[in-house]
Formats: sequence, C-alpha cells, structure tokens
Amino acid sequence: MVMNTDTAQKFVSFEALPAFLAKLAAGATLYAPRRENKAVVYRPWQAGDKVELSLRPTESCKHVVFPRSEELFSFDMGGDPEKPGKAGLTLQEASEPGPAVVFAALSCDARGFLAFDPVYDGCGTGGKAKDTYYLKRREKTTLIVRTCKSSLNTCFCTWVGGSPASSEGADALLTEINGGYLLEAVTDKGASLLASLPAASDEQSAASRAAREQAVQSAPQPPQDMIKAPAALGALFDSAAFWEKQSAHCIYCGACTYLCPTCYCFNITDESNGLKGLRMRSWDNCMSPLFTLETSGHNPRQEKANRLKNRVGHKFSYYPKIHSGRFSCCGCGRCIKSCPSSVDIRKIVLDAIKEAANV
Amino acid sequence: MSEQSGATPQRPAFTPGLSNPYLPMPAKVIEVITETPTIKTFRVVLQDEKLMKEFSFEPGQVGQLSMFGSGESTFVINSPPTRMEYLQFSVMRAGENTTALHSLEAGDIVGVRAPLGNYFPYDSMKGKDIVFIGGGIGMAPLRTLLLFMLDNRKDYGKISLLYGARSPQDMAFGAELPDWIARPDLDCVLTIDREAEGWPHRVGLIPNVLLEMNPSPKNCIAITCGPPIMIKFTLQALEKLKFSPEQIVTTLEKRMKCGIGICGRCNIGDKYVCVDGPVFTLAQLKEMPNEL
Repeated sequence: MVMNTDTAQKFVSFEALPAFLAKLAAGATLYAPRRENKAVVYRPWQAGDKVELSLRPTESCKHVVFPRSEELFSFDMGGDPEKPGKAGLTLQEASEPGPAVVFAALSCDARGFLAFDPVYDGCGTGGKAKDTYYLKRREKTTLIVRTCKSSLNTCFCTWVGGSPASSEGADALLTEINGGYLLEAVTDKGASLLASLPAASDEQSAASRAAREQAVQSAPQPPQDMIKAPAALGALFDSAAFWEKQSAHCIYCGACTYLCPTCYCFNITDESNGLKGLRMRSWDNCMSPLFTLETSGHNPRQEKANRLKNRVGHKFSYYPKIHSGRFSCCGCGRCIKSCPSSVDIRKIVLDAIKEAANV
Repeated sequence: MSEQSGATPQRPAFTPGLSNPYLPMPAKVIEVITETPTIKTFRVVLQDEKLMKEFSFEPGQVGQLSMFGSGESTFVINSPPTRMEYLQFSVMRAGENTTALHSLEAGDIVGVRAPLGNYFPYDSMKGKDIVFIGGGIGMAPLRTLLLFMLDNRKDYGKISLLYGARSPQDMAFGAELPDWIARPDLDCVLTIDREAEGWPHRVGLIPNVLLEMNPSPKNCIAITCGPPIMIKFTLQALEKLKFSPEQIVTTLEKRMKCGIGICGRCNIGDKYVCVDGPVFTLAQLKEMPNEL
C-alpha cells in the first residue's frame, strides 16, 4: 500500500476509534454525540461510551463554547461586618475554561460559530469590549467536523453558503470510508490532535474525496434569489398582515432559539444566597415577550408577529447588513424539525422575497 | 468628534475600565438625594482611586448600576464630564433592581459599568442656539449636556430649557432649579400638567408650552428626552415649529443587559441602542424601522 505523502491526512479504523477517542479525552474534555432516549446530544465522552454517528444530532455543539448557563463572576457583600450587604464587596471572576474537543460536529454547526465570532469579538464597540468568556472557550475548543451523511428534508445549509462537506469553521474533517474514518487537519489546532495517527493511504484519501463529493452532490440546490432576502425583509417591516400570517401558528415556545446554532442572545441574572452569589449569563429566547419587556410595562415587541419578524429579520436582514451579507443562519433545519407548530423559516424567507417583489 | 457632520451622533470610542467588560467597578455612594417620591439621585466615586482619576466619558453616555443579588440596570451619567468629583445617577423606582437601588445609603457600595453607548454630538452644536425639552426623569440625560454647555458657555448661543413634570412634587433636581431660573445665560421654563397651589411657573403639557415658547429653528438644535407619549407630541410640535429632523436630537432607552452590543435585545433593526445609541437624531430614527 502506497502511503499518502500529504501528512495532514490520517486514518482511524473502526476498531481503533475508541483508543483514539481515549487519547483525545486524556488532554481535553471530549464531547461526542450519543443517544439519550430519543435525542442525540453532545456530552462529555468517557471510555466505553458509544458514539452515535449515524443519526443526526438533535442539538448542536453550541453549548461547548457557549454554555446554557455560566458564571460571569461571584460576589460577596459580607466583607464589612459593620454593614453586611451594604459595603465590603469582593468580586471574583469565574475560573478559566479548560481545553475541549468536539468529535463529529456537523458542518452546519461549525459554521454556526462563525455567526457568533464577530459579535463576541466586540464589533459593536469597534473591538474594544470583547466577550472574553466566549473567546477563551472558542480558542480552547477544537472542532472535528464530520462529512455529513445525515441530512434530512429540513436541511438547507446550501441556501446559506454551507455544504455537507464544508470545512469552514472546522479544525479537522472526519469522513467515513471503507473500514474506518479519514481525518484531515484544517488548522494547526486540528493537526496537533491528529499527529499520533497513521497516515492515510492514497486509496483512502481518494475514497474520502469521493465520499465528500457524493455528500455535496446529494445536497439540495439553493434557491436563486437568497441574496434578495435582506432587502425583502426590510421592505416588509411594516407589513403587519404578512407577519401575522407567518406567525399564526407560532406558540413562542422558543424551541427554535434554544436549538439554533447561531442564536447568541443571552440574559444576565444574579443568583444569591444571603450575602454571596453569582452573576450568571444564560441563553435567552427572543420569542418570549419578556425578552424586551421594560420595567415601565412598555414592550417594543409585545406581539408574537413582531418577535418572529425580529428573529427572521435578524438572521436574514439585520445581521447580513452589518456582516458583509453573511446570514446568521447555518441551515441546520433544527428550528423546522423541532417546531411543534410547523413554522418553517425557509418558507418565511421565500414568501418574503416573493411578496416584496410584488410590492 | 472631529469627523462628525451635522448633529449626527456616531458610535463612540469605547474605553473600558477593565479588560472584562462584564465586571463592574465597585463604587462608594457618597450622597443620596431624594428628588421626588419615586426618584433618588446617587453620587458615587469609584473605589479604585486610580480608576476614578482616569475615568472619562462624554455627555449622554450611560452606565449600568449593579445591586449584587438583584441585578443591573442602565442609567445615564447625569453629572457632566466637566465636574468629576463624583458620577451622578438618578433612579426612578419602578422594578426589582431600582427598588433595591433605592435602599442605598451614603457609604454603601454599588457596582458600576461605564461609560457605555454614544453621546450628544456637542462639538457640532457649537455656535448654535440650543433648546432642551425634558419631561419627568427624561431630564436626567439633558442635565448632563446642559451643565456641560453651561460650563463651556461661550461655545454656544442662546440656551433654553423647558422642563416639565406631572406635578411640583414630581420635579427632579429641585435644589438646582432656583439657580437655573436665576441664571441670565439660561432661559429656563418650568411647567406642570395641572394647576397646583403655590406653583409660580407655567401650567400645561410640554408640547403646548413649547409651541407657546415658539423657539426659532434658525441655527438651533433641539434636544429632547422624556416618556414616549411626551416625545411623540414634542417631535410633532418641533416639526410644526419647522425644526428639520437633523436639528432634533433625542436619547432612547430599551431593556438592556450587556450594554456592549452582544446580548441582542435592544436592537431596532440592525441598530443597537446600547452601542449605536442611546443618542439619535430624528433623521436617524426616520431611517430605522418603526419599532420604538
């Protein structure tokens, strides 16, 4: 067998996979997809855990970099015994995150982080106020992204610039071939994880190329006029009838936001017990009326139609306007698949493009 | 400020006190002033003397006040950067955190994250007449710029202030009002909504009193802040007085959490009130989606 001269391409047989995972888990918290009841979720992997690589993950690996809830800092107002709770404040920043590896992230989910990156890097303040919590985790997380063979009819990554074989946002690529997996480094971070693996043969590399091509071929063709979405949604901002119709079935449960790899909004709350406590940052949900409810009782997005308009508008109009046309959507389709009332964001965007053309 | 054109506010250069933008700076309350039955003013100094000495901000910028255990809320710094002995915030008691803030006494510690947001484009207002129109707690951001302009008096033309509240008891900054009325270089008009015994000033809704004052739009900038309903009718009155949208400046508020353009709730279309605002001209607001 001729060895591949490209040292970035490695091979792991099915039998050798647990040993490779154990090696990854030795140096970092390793997240891998696994079954939990009917769901497939990313959880810390331990020796003996079965990795679920055929079913499509129910959730993305967003929480590895952006936890559902995390401590920003702890506070203690008990430093002055004369004035407990009033003076003598101590603040302690949360501890530094450790390294993490995601094994078999979806290509759409890896691209999801690209929607976070400029925002959390502080684009709103000209780069001055950076979200250090996110950035540290992002830096310490390595994404091994699999060539997607688990697309569903809710998938639309190709509409928003993605592909089942996209390497965008990936540190290494994982492709199933005969007898095992071909692993290919994309970044230095990825390469260092693969260093110990044997090089792939030319045949294995060719098989991986073919599998990746096959995945791309099988993906749905994007509609022609997605580029019109930002302007179309802008033009329909005041069209109450359009948004009432599109949101008619929405029960604003927020499943779409919690499962979305690009939804990055959060809440900040305090949890205290006596004089000590934590300031927490947690995922928030723009579909809830509480999201924008002001103390005075005024709410700029009281109606669910306005909240759905903001969610779709943010992803396909406001965000692209600020970020060189990039949609804040990775086309994973989870918001469609998991919506209890069958709201389909693809239909809303296409309807908007069609409707705006008739205005 | 030099690149600004007209009265258009821009995104500011952010100067964080600390490398972690979510970490508040502990500050000591040095004085509490009860302004009205629902408004208290807090004067605070940062505990870290070096940070206090280096602290700089622009008029109109806001800060987040933390009551640890209750949370954080956004308030304008209503003392001007020309008077840096302390930072002043006025808080109307309305919800959980503002109620907790009202329990603060002199000597207590509060968390401060500031300065946040953009500011009044005061450089582009130089040489112009200025009309301030403040309603209720909306007077707070105007106070910052008013005092800043009075401290740089020669830079501006005629300065007028119309300040209104529901009743005499609801007028904040009562201790300063006699001075504002007495100043020869400030034309100060006070008004309340309904007649009240012993009230020597105007009676009438702010937009109506403004129309009676009839300020000339010539070389003039109008700056207004107040409750939404007052803003709505004040903007109509200003347009009736032939002020162009570029000559009308206001400052908005929204529910905010991060204050640095990340958490995603204070947007109006693609603008974030916490970083693109809170100061906007009416011309800018007209370009934005109607979602105030």
